Amino acid sequence: MAVTLTERAAKHVSKYIDKRGRGIGLRLGVRTSGCSGMAYKLEFADDVAADDIQFESHGVRVLIDPKSLPYLDGTELDYAREGLNEGFKFNNPNVKDACGCGESFNV
Amino acid sequence: MVLLQIAEPGQSDAPHERRLAVGIDLGTTNSLVATVRSGLAVVLNDELGRSLLPSVVRYTSDGCATGYEAQTYQASDPRNTICSVKRFMGRGLHDIAHRESLPYKFEDAPGMVRINTAAGIKTPVEVSADVLHALRARAEAALGGELVGAVITVPAYFDDAQRQATKDAAKLAGINVLRLLNEPTAAAIAYGLDNGSEGVFAVYDLGGGTFDISILKLSRGVFEVLSTGGDSALGGDDFDQRIFCWILEAAKLKPLSHEDSRLLLNRAREGKEYLTFHGVAPITARLSSGEVVDLKLTTEIFTEITRTLVAKTMQAVRKALRDAGLATDEVKGVIMVGGATRMPQIQRAVGEFFKQEPLNNLDPDKVVALGAAKQANLLAGNRTGDDWLLLDVIPLSLGLEMMGGLVEKIVPRNSTIPIARAQDFTTFRDGQTALAVHVVQGEREIVSDCRSLACFELRGIPPMVAGAARIRVTFQVDADGLLSVSAREQSSGVEASVVVKPSYGLSDDEIASMLKGSLEHSRDDAFRRALKEAQVEAQRLIEAVQSALKSDGELLSTEERVRVETAIAALQAAALAENRRQITVTMDALDAETKAFAARRMDKNIRRALAGRSIDELAGEDQS
Repeated sequence: MAVTLTERAAKHVSKYIDKRGRGIGLRLGVRTSGCSGMAYKLEFADDVAADDIQFESHGVRVLIDPKSLPYLDGTELDYAREGLNEGFKFNNPNVKDACGCGESFNV
Repeated sequence: MVLLQIAEPGQSDAPHERRLAVGIDLGTTNSLVATVRSGLAVVLNDELGRSLLPSVVRYTSDGCATGYEAQTYQASDPRNTICSVKRFMGRGLHDIAHRESLPYKFEDAPGMVRINTAAGIKTPVEVSADVLHALRARAEAALGGELVGAVITVPAYFDDAQRQATKDAAKLAGINVLRLLNEPTAAAIAYGLDNGSEGVFAVYDLGGGTFDISILKLSRGVFEVLSTGGDSALGGDDFDQRIFCWILEAAKLKPLSHEDSRLLLNRAREGKEYLTFHGVAPITARLSSGEVVDLKLTTEIFTEITRTLVAKTMQAVRKALRDAGLATDEVKGVIMVGGATRMPQIQRAVGEFFKQEPLNNLDPDKVVALGAAKQANLLAGNRTGDDWLLLDVIPLSLGLEMMGGLVEKIVPRNSTIPIARAQDFTTFRDGQTALAVHVVQGEREIVSDCRSLACFELRGIPPMVAGAARIRVTFQVDADGLLSVSAREQSSGVEASVVVKPSYGLSDDEIASMLKGSLEHSRDDAFRRALKEAQVEAQRLIEAVQSALKSDGELLSTEERVRVETAIAALQAAALAENRRQITVTMDALDAETKAFAARRMDKNIRRALAGRSIDELAGEDQS
């Protein structure tokens, strides 16, 4: 079981944490909401919860709660640029279908 | 596909509920738009990676172009290519400096000036809206959604009319204004929070067309603007203009066409920018007449021809410091804002004055937009965990006209906004049923020396003796610096109010001369105020005595009555003669003359009050 970051994503995460001035890593997760069932959680992490599962990818610590992990296993977090827009993108092999905008998904 | 940003712990947004907000620096020469991405403020670039959008709009019969595209037509189509429109915001035709040297077809109109273009008559608000529209389109493309709102920055010196015009432009561009923010305050947000600084800072902001100096105090996350000053008609453009004049003189050129003027102004600007990193700038141009300009502008010449401009800014710096009650060594740092602060002579002058190197670690062109983006992010409800409050100030005192043409200041200059201040007033005459509320702005003691902002009447006050009514007048200045005034008679509850939207604002020269006037005339004013107060007091006394004569005149003998009337006449004459000492003396005389009369009236009133009541009743009252 693993969740990884692309090198580009890791670079951006490191920069944001650095500028923010605190934080130990990145917290990923899923929540039930949205128009297609589930939504991603992408947050700065300031501390580790007891049952967190941790990964390390290109020098960035990634924290995931055990309930979310099955939905995220195998995911690669990328940083993408689309026209003028830029941001993080979940390449998640578990997703069966997503809503048109990709903000929420189903497994 | 939506691209996600990193949220603060526990603050991931639900899908489709991210609140996209931007900060907009709507500049005289260039504009920018910025946002907060994954907790970091960034300027949003266009498709070609350029961060600036020249604040230029070119109108043609079938539409308009903005930014760099419009700028390329400045030389070939100056009449329809509107630049530096910010200088015309909320301004009448007569307020515009050097308008004879501008290529536009101005139309005078009540309120704001209009410009006749190939696409019809345009107000500065519409031109600004076109700039804002381009920024909005860029932001929505970059953020992948609709904006909930924007924070737009304005010079600290902008008055009500200019702020309102900016808000109107945003509305026209379909942008919800979360707040107007003073540019220097935005710069301080960009610097202060990123660097965690505390203490007093000066923000020296020399943009394309405006100069602002602000003295700010930052402590524990609270921003307070201690004082502001500046010149809304002085900026980098004026340095270009000086070089332009130097070129005309050095090359001995005859009066030029608009196209050639524009060409040489561009060469002047390029020369100025070149001198930031070099000692000599070549200035070459071929005019439409075939004439060739080939000059060398050295740093020494440039410094010399712009010395007075630099001195003008430093004078405003001195004044702002004095207003804040601070010495130069109490200023912990100087923040440089605006591309024009890159000029070496500016850096040197500021450094020498404050005896320290000015802060330069953020791009002076971007710092205002970055600060605005942070504020927008906060106001849109995307909390970042840092709790901070923002305090701004009003540039000129706000007050009311009193009897005798005196000004009663309700909200003093440099008060932090938003603010609400109330003061109670009363009626001057018996049976007075209406009160005129005249709102003025300025530092002087006499109404005619201040600027009139608004006038309204409170009617329906129940008739009462003079001084019995209690009228509460409330001044409210919102976070954008816009004023509303209301008056309410406390016993009856009648109310009247006005939102101050002057047809056009104060020119900077007016503000400057009003401030200067208040210093120069402070002794004069104090004298005139004392005189006016004496005159008002005399008038009040005369009316009181006349009213007493009417109701109780029979208590006086004919001889006494003549003496009282003589004293009244003497006081009336003294009041007209504008001699304060004479007024005081004759008032005392009238007072002495009516002492016995007053005592007799008192007796009569007591007798009237007691009449028809038995001793028993009075005794019963005593016991109870």
